[in-house]
Amino acid sequence: MAEVEETLKRIEAHKGVIGTIVVNAEGIPIRTNLDNSTAVQYAGLLRHLTMLARSTVRDIDPQNDLIVLRIRTKKYEIMVAPENGFLLIVIQNPCE
Amino acid sequence: MRKGSNVQKVPKPTKASSKKKDEEEGVDTGDGWDEWSHGKALTKPADQLELTEAELKEEITRILTANNPHAPQNIVRYSFKERSYKPTSVVDQMAVHFVLEGSLLHQDSDEARRLRAKEEDGGEVEEAGEEDRPDSVASKTDKKEPKLTNQFNFSERASQTLNNPLRERSCQTEPPPRSIFSATANQWEIYDVYVEELQKQEKNKEKQKAIPSKKDNEKSKKKMMLMETQGDDFTKVGKASKIFERMVNQNTFDDIAQDFKYFEDASDEFRDQEGTLLPLWKFQYDKAKRLSVTALCWNNKYQDLFAVGMGSYDFSKQGRGMLVFYSLKNSAFPEYIYPTNSGVLCLHIHEQHSHLIAVGFYDGCVAVYNLKEEGLEPVYKSTAKTGKHTDPVWQVRLENKTEMMGPHRMCLVPATPLLHNCFVSICTIKCKFNGMLDASCPQLVVQRLTFHKQIDYLFLVGTEEGKIHKCSKTYSSQFLETYNAHSMAVDAVKWNPFHPKVFISCSSDWTVKIWDHTINTPMFTFDLNAAVGDVSWSPYSSTVFAAVTTDGTVHVFDLNINKYEAICQQSVVAKKKTKLTHIEFNPIYPIIIVGDDRGYVTSLKLSPNLRKKPKAKKGQELPKGPEVEIAKMEKLLSLLREPEQNAV
Repeated sequence: MAEVEETLKRIEAHKGVIGTIVVNAEGIPIRTNLDNSTAVQYAGLLRHLTMLARSTVRDIDPQNDLIVLRIRTKKYEIMVAPENGFLLIVIQNPCE
Repeated sequence: MRKGSNVQKVPKPTKASSKKKDEEEGVDTGDGWDEWSHGKALTKPADQLELTEAELKEEITRILTANNPHAPQNIVRYSFKERSYKPTSVVDQMAVHFVLEGSLLHQDSDEARRLRAKEEDGGEVEEAGEEDRPDSVASKTDKKEPKLTNQFNFSERASQTLNNPLRERSCQTEPPPRSIFSATANQWEIYDVYVEELQKQEKNKEKQKAIPSKKDNEKSKKKMMLMETQGDDFTKVGKASKIFERMVNQNTFDDIAQDFKYFEDASDEFRDQEGTLLPLWKFQYDKAKRLSVTALCWNNKYQDLFAVGMGSYDFSKQGRGMLVFYSLKNSAFPEYIYPTNSGVLCLHIHEQHSHLIAVGFYDGCVAVYNLKEEGLEPVYKSTAKTGKHTDPVWQVRLENKTEMMGPHRMCLVPATPLLHNCFVSICTIKCKFNGMLDASCPQLVVQRLTFHKQIDYLFLVGTEEGKIHKCSKTYSSQFLETYNAHSMAVDAVKWNPFHPKVFISCSSDWTVKIWDHTINTPMFTFDLNAAVGDVSWSPYSSTVFAAVTTDGTVHVFDLNINKYEAICQQSVVAKKKTKLTHIEFNPIYPIIIVGDDRGYVTSLKLSPNLRKKPKAKKGQELPKGPEVEIAKMEKLLSLLREPEQNAV
C-alpha cells in the first residue's frame, strides 16, 4: 500500500505531470491532485473509452488484454490503465 | 213541509210538537233586526208565508205515522193483465238511515273455516313462540298448507328497486423498483466465463486431492477474504502505477530513449576509426548520495536491469551501504532498494537464477538476496558462527552447476588469504562451508579473483602487491603461476570472454595489461595517465575493452583497429573531481554503465566505430560466432609472438 502511494507521489512530482486520478470500480475518483469536477469528468469519460478499447483488444484475441491506453493530444498526453476494475489516469505534458 | 230555518233557541225536543211550534218557530224566526236588542226575539224569514191570525189559530192535526216521508205515494205500474196503469197500493216504506258493513262471518262458511284455521295456527305460534324459536319455525313449515296458486287470478306483480349507484373502487400498489440492466456478450466475455469455469473445476479437483490440508485452505481463504474486503485499496493499481511511472519517464526523457534505441552517430564515418560515447540516462538515488559505487552488475535475464552496490572506498570512514537496482526504463527511481549495515564491496547476480544476488560487505559478511521475496533482508547472511570473514570481502561469484537442484557454489575472496568454497543450495539457501583453500603465502592480500569460463578449476587472483597468481582449485597449496603484473594493487583481473588464454588486468599504477596466461609477460600494456579503476571486456568482440580512470575518463580500446591507443577517450562526468570506479558492458545493448564515487551511474551509448565487426570480403559470408573472435585475437597474439620470438 505504501509503495503504491510512494510511486503515485513520485509520478505526481515528475516533470510535466499535470495530474493523476485513481478511480474505483464505481467510477468515483478516490485519489487525485486535480480539482474534483475535473477529476469526475475525466473519470466518467475515460471509463467508457477504456472499456471500449479493452473490448476491441479482447474481441480480436480473447487471450489478450489491454494494459495501457495512451492518448496523445495537442496539448498533453493522457494515459489510462484499467486494472482490477480500477482505473489509473495520468495526464502529462511531455514537452515542458 | 219543513223549511229550513235557523233555530237559535233550544233545539226541538220531539216531532210531537204542535203547530205552535211552527209558529213559534216562525215567530221565533221573525225579526232579524231585533236580534241584538232582543235576544229571545223572534226572527222571521223573509219569505215566510204571512197568515192571518185566524188562519194562525186554526188547528191542523198532524198524524205521526211510520211512513217514510220520502217514499213515493203514488207509484203506478203497468199491468199487462189489465193493460193499463194501475196504482200500487203498497209502497215500500223502508228508509235506510245507516248502513255499516260488518266483518262478521258465519262460522260454517268456507272463509270462516279458513280464518279459524289460520287463527289457530297463529295462536299456537304465539303461545309456543317464546319457548323455542327454531322449533316453531319447523312446526310452522310443517303445518304450512301448500301454496295455492290461483290460476285465474294470478297476477304478477313486480317492482323495481332503486339501483344502487355503481361506484368503482380500485387499488394500485407501488410498482416494483425498476433498474435497467444491459450487458454485452462478446467473444471475450464468453471466453472469460469458460476460463473461470475451468479454474473452478481445477480447484475442486485439488480440494478433493488435498483433504487433510483443508483447514489450512480455510484459514488462508479467510485471510484472502479479509484482504479483499478492504475496500478502495490502491494496491489494486500497483502494477499500473509502476508502468505509468515508466511511461512518464519515457515521455520526459523521450529523446534519450529514442537515442538509445535508434541513434547511430553518423559522424563516425568521418572520424577515422575513432568513436564516441553518447551519454544517455543518469541514475542516482537521493539516499545514496554520499556513497560511492563499488560494484556494478548487469542482469542476464532482464537486460535492462542492473545492480549497483554502494559503499565507500575510504577505508578510514566506513558507514552504511546500499544495494540498489535500476532499470533503464525508469531512470528516476530504483526498482529495488536494500539498505545494508556496512558498505557493499562486491556483488554478483546469478547467471541463471537472476533473482539471486550475492553481496560481499566491508565487514566481512556475505549475503545472498532474493529479489522475488518481499522484505529488505537477505535470505542468507553469514554470521560469526557460519564463518564470517574478518576482513572485507572483495569478490563474490555465484556459479552455475549443471544440476539445477544441486548446490551452487559461491566463492568468496576475502582480503585475507583464504578462499572459501561455499555451497549454497537454491532450495533452502543454507550456506555450508565446504573446503577451504588456503593460499599458503602469508603476505598475500587477495583482492581480485576471476574464474575461467570454460576451464572450471582455473582461476586468477590479483593481489594488493601487484602480482597475479594463476591457481587451480585442485592444487590448493600452490600457485600454478605468478605474474609480476603491476607495481601497485591490482584493481581488476578478467578473462577474455572469447579467447581462452587471454586475460586483462588493471591497476592503480596507471596501466592496463593484457596477458596470455601461458606467457609470463604481458602482450599489451597501456598507460592511461591516471589510476585505472576498472577494466572490462566487451561481450560482442574479443578485442574491445573499456577502462575507467580516476580522472573521469572512459577509454575504449579495440585491438583490432588500433593496438597502441584507445579509439575513444571521453570524459563522462560533469565535475572533474569525481572518480570513476566501475564499468560494465550491457550483454546485448550497445551501452555501458559507469559508476563513480559520488553515487551516480551514467549510461553511455557506444558509437558504431566502437562496435565494429570484421568486414566481410566480397563473396564471403560474414562469419559469426565466438570462433571468429578467438581467431581474431589469436591473429593479434600471433603477430606479437612472432616478433618476440624473433627478438629472442
